[in-house]
Amino acid sequence: MELGSVQDQSASTFSLTDEDHTLANSLRFTLNQDPRVTFCGYSIPHPSDARVNIRVQTTGDPASEVFKDSCQDLMLICQHVRSTFDHAVTNFKNEKGINAMDLKP
Amino acid sequence: MAKVPIWDLPDVPTGELPPHIQLQRTRVFCKSDAPTNTENIQYSGAYASMGVDNSLRLDQFRSNFKVEVMRLNEDDMEFDMIGIDPSIANAFRRILIAELPTMAIEKVLMANNTSVIQDEVLAHRLGLIPIKVDPRLFDYMSENDVPNEKNTIVFKLHVRCERGDARLTEKRRLTVVVLIFNWLVTEWYFKMAMVCYAVTSDELKWLPNGSEFPLATENSASNSTSKPKTYTSFSCSQDSLPQFSKNPITLKHPDIIIAKLGLGQEIELEAHAVKGMGKTHAKWSPVATAWYRMLPEVVLLQEIEDEKATELVQKCPTKVFDIEDVGKGKKRATVARPRDCTLCRECIRGEGWENFVALRRVKDHFIFTIESTGALPPEVLFTEAVKILEDKCEG
Repeated sequence: MELGSVQDQSASTFSLTDEDHTLANSLRFTLNQDPRVTFCGYSIPHPSDARVNIRVQTTGDPASEVFKDSCQDLMLICQHVRSTFDHAVTNFKNEKGINAMDLKP
Repeated sequence: MAKVPIWDLPDVPTGELPPHIQLQRTRVFCKSDAPTNTENIQYSGAYASMGVDNSLRLDQFRSNFKVEVMRLNEDDMEFDMIGIDPSIANAFRRILIAELPTMAIEKVLMANNTSVIQDEVLAHRLGLIPIKVDPRLFDYMSENDVPNEKNTIVFKLHVRCERGDARLTEKRRLTVVVLIFNWLVTEWYFKMAMVCYAVTSDELKWLPNGSEFPLATENSASNSTSKPKTYTSFSCSQDSLPQFSKNPITLKHPDIIIAKLGLGQEIELEAHAVKGMGKTHAKWSPVATAWYRMLPEVVLLQEIEDEKATELVQKCPTKVFDIEDVGKGKKRATVARPRDCTLCRECIRGEGWENFVALRRVKDHFIFTIESTGALPPEVLFTEAVKILEDKCEG
């Protein structure tokens, strides 16, 4: 859900339900890294409701575009983390397998 | 005056940060009272006046990011992630603890419980037992769903402590003989000596055909010819499903003591396990725990020799420092194992030691440790956690 003014597209607040610090902090980090963003932050109005408000202010681009772009960036980061991790685990298992075979008389 | 090209003058921004700011950006300083400099400079324009671009370039991230696995067994693993931000590392940790689904016992149907353990305490204990099954093979069950073979696992427990179930040891027999004087006390002691039939978790038997307890219906007479309705409606036996025919569903640890029974006490119950997330209740958490810490960095600011060196090596409880013989009988202290440092700050306790040793943490190098409870191996757990974060972004 997005709250913002119709005239000024570059600043708006996004209210996400069923979310907490897990996603909000990571999104805030990727938003901050975007050079088009002048201000971004998140808040949780009440800890009992699972609702997060993310505020984005940009240097002119529509805020929803920038928000979507940073979600995409976070997804790409996750995919890269996953593939690197899988490679590392396979390499480790192969090395361990080779060591185990060498130790056998 | 020598002519210096304009690009080499000292105050022209070269595109690199001066070393002290670079240090501030990438390290947490751990002083003797508290860590300082812990915030991460995330703003993309933070170093714009220096000509350095602090924004996230995906290619830069891709080239800098590394994972190294240190230790990996069936139950736990330790690996390093280099080049990632703490907010994302924390997101992975939170997902590992709270949002990865597992199977755990939720409903317990009690038929008979004459033991000293109350019904609800027994049910609580059963819920916490880890079940060795892949939760991805099952669906969630909501309140309106009928329990069927896709979303429930049924276990049965029926034990009774008889007089013949001797877990009686030789020592106890001797004690009985010695107390033969007082016959009443002996009788009581003999009976008590029989007590200790411990119900272990391997007594829980998996029922692939579903529940065996019949539902109480109003017109039981008319249903006497057809199959009695039970608490679950399994359309086919779980045994016949391809994933379970070779590996039957068992519990991870067969030696967990669930209850202890005295003479003549009996427990008969049926337990239904469903899929859930750690957010709802901790029994559904697939990790015993998962944590990360930043890589410690120990730097000797000055040369430390001879007595001070021996003193330093003795001070550290995790043996981070080592003595190196430089020759001519002089000893020098070196940092041998900075990874083992637990930041107990023993080495900077006392007068003046802070000028010799600097304790720091590297901000983007995380040492992750994951201990699984057994449902899934830890590397699979981490991969699932990353997938869940991706799905959240997509939504």
